[in-house]
Amino acid sequence: MYAQMVKTDNDRVPGLDELSPQERAFQQRIDRGEKIEPKEWMPEGYRKTLIRQIGQHAHSEIVGQLPEGNWITRAPTLERKAILIAKVQDEAGHGLYLYSAAETLGVSRDELLALLHSGKMKYSSIFNYPTLNWADIGAVGWLVDGAAIMNQVPLQRCSYGPYARAMVRICKEESFHQRQGYDIMMKMAFGTSAQKAMAQDALNRFWYPSLMMFGPSDKDSVHSAQSLRWKIKINSNDELRQKFVDQTAPQAKYLGLTIPDDKLAWNEEKGGHDFSEPDWSEFYDVLAGDGPCNKERLGARVKAWEDGAWFRDGLMAHARKAQEKRVAAE
Amino acid sequence: MTALFELLLRMGDNTLILGHRLSEWCGHAPVLEEDIALANISLDLIGQTQLWLGLAGEVEGKGRTADNLAYLRDAAEFRNALLVERPNGDFGATLMRQFLFDAWHCEQLKALVESSKARVAEIAAKALKEATYHLERSSDLVVRLGDGTDESRRRMQAALDELWSYTGELFLDGPTDDALDEAGVAPPPSSLRPAWDAIVQPVLAEATLKAPESRFAHKGGRRGVHTEHLGYILAQMQFLQRAYPNSIW
Amino acid sequence: MSSEWPLWEVFIRGQHGLNHRHVGSLHAPDAELAIKHARDVYTRRNEGVSIWVVKSNDIAASSPSEKGPLFEPANSKVYRHPTFYDIPDDVGHM
Repeated sequence: MYAQMVKTDNDRVPGLDELSPQERAFQQRIDRGEKIEPKEWMPEGYRKTLIRQIGQHAHSEIVGQLPEGNWITRAPTLERKAILIAKVQDEAGHGLYLYSAAETLGVSRDELLALLHSGKMKYSSIFNYPTLNWADIGAVGWLVDGAAIMNQVPLQRCSYGPYARAMVRICKEESFHQRQGYDIMMKMAFGTSAQKAMAQDALNRFWYPSLMMFGPSDKDSVHSAQSLRWKIKINSNDELRQKFVDQTAPQAKYLGLTIPDDKLAWNEEKGGHDFSEPDWSEFYDVLAGDGPCNKERLGARVKAWEDGAWFRDGLMAHARKAQEKRVAAE
Repeated sequence: MTALFELLLRMGDNTLILGHRLSEWCGHAPVLEEDIALANISLDLIGQTQLWLGLAGEVEGKGRTADNLAYLRDAAEFRNALLVERPNGDFGATLMRQFLFDAWHCEQLKALVESSKARVAEIAAKALKEATYHLERSSDLVVRLGDGTDESRRRMQAALDELWSYTGELFLDGPTDDALDEAGVAPPPSSLRPAWDAIVQPVLAEATLKAPESRFAHKGGRRGVHTEHLGYILAQMQFLQRAYPNSIW
Repeated sequence: MSSEWPLWEVFIRGQHGLNHRHVGSLHAPDAELAIKHARDVYTRRNEGVSIWVVKSNDIAASSPSEKGPLFEPANSKVYRHPTFYDIPDDVGHM
């Protein structure tokens, strides 16, 4: 999802009897639905996987500011401008909550950012796509936030306390995000023919990348099993993707727009839609750095960080000087 | 244009352009906490824009809304001060511009709270609460960065040197101002200078920064004679409304 | 010396609250800026009445106590709230 393909160290999930007593007790806590909190014992694999997952999720939020941020200065009304700024601001806030959750696991935000900037940690593939017309802003809210919500709502019940609580806060804010996106889509789809064309174009370009957000098919997902066992992943990739398609198809229909998939059809027997898989080779290209905007997105984050170094250092220096003065005065 | 309409355009155009400039930082600020804080300032200013330009449209009586005024006037019809058009520069330049503006904005709004026009006083009262917070924030950051590292002081001094000559315009009187003053609607701009100095000078001193000696003031905003920057700002801001007129967004 | 900003835990007592609740953490160079940033980050939708910040390192904890996140919808920035948008019923849950 926002955290796609998070590696765990195991290829297979060990049985309860194969675990050490400590690990077994830990697993049993999780099985009972207890929350694991920062000061408590946890297997190193659990800790590392969580750092990767929460970190990747946090990185996705802040990189995710950029595709929408691209249209802030061109927002077509004062209200849309304000709404978009608020949304992009929320994404920064979500990144902040998530970095805070990751920091409870013994890694600092600066360390995580260094890993992002060096390319060693990833962010969700979706943010490597460009926003080319105003309707894209609607599509991002409708589809991308829609997909994110699908993943985040169940994570409110995940086993790690700080992550679960961050998800609760994020979910409360996320609903506004999807609704404002759909509101834009409605204005566009029911607007002038030029607006409708933009809306259809946006859907054409964002549909498959949104499906890719859920990660590869379960059969190709090596690391899911251990994460599911530890309850840091709640649903499988395919489950969520199916749910997303089933929820979104009627929404597209209402807009009078066509999802770019001629195999999309309701399957009465399975109680869900049949749909085409995305082009997974494109997904892997994007993950490898060859998406349309990878260099621009990471470049922007690195530039913001480097250009801001004097600011951060300046404020830290002032704080230290003030502290020294206080100590001297005592 | 009536004097009142002029005043409302000045107030709304200042907050529109400055809010727009600040919004350019979304996703690019030096640290997450600042990204969030700056967005709040931008949102406050856009909210104020809707109030000032909304009232302007009403007062004009030609059916123009705040959006019409923001998105369909060309640069020569804008009445913002030149200061708010200045490019963002580095984050220090943005904060210095903000501080110099906030100090004026608070004094202007305090005076407008006493305006003989009830609607003006109402909007000013609401905006003053926000502007007071903005000033507290920007002055604090100017002090911290001025008296931070050598590098941060150098950048803040450079920003001050660059922006100083754009501050004088805020205190220039003209015929419109005489009319507004006589009607008790708004104070003469020059009357705010002492209070502004009383805010700005101590902050700069604490920040170990030195204001330039020169009293030269770039001007023209009130006559619609802007810098080259405004054209580019409007080209971006207004593109969709201009390219796709008569659309609902 | 590292220029990394220290981590602070943030506690907020809302307008109608009886006590401060832990809402999360943030980075800031000192307590004063931590409070200012807490106001921006954790009370964007309402005016929190009282904000406490404590350096994370200064917190001594025994068993973790779970406090829910503070969230009080505000009236002015109405568009932030899901109910502001008129999403037709037949579009499904959003």
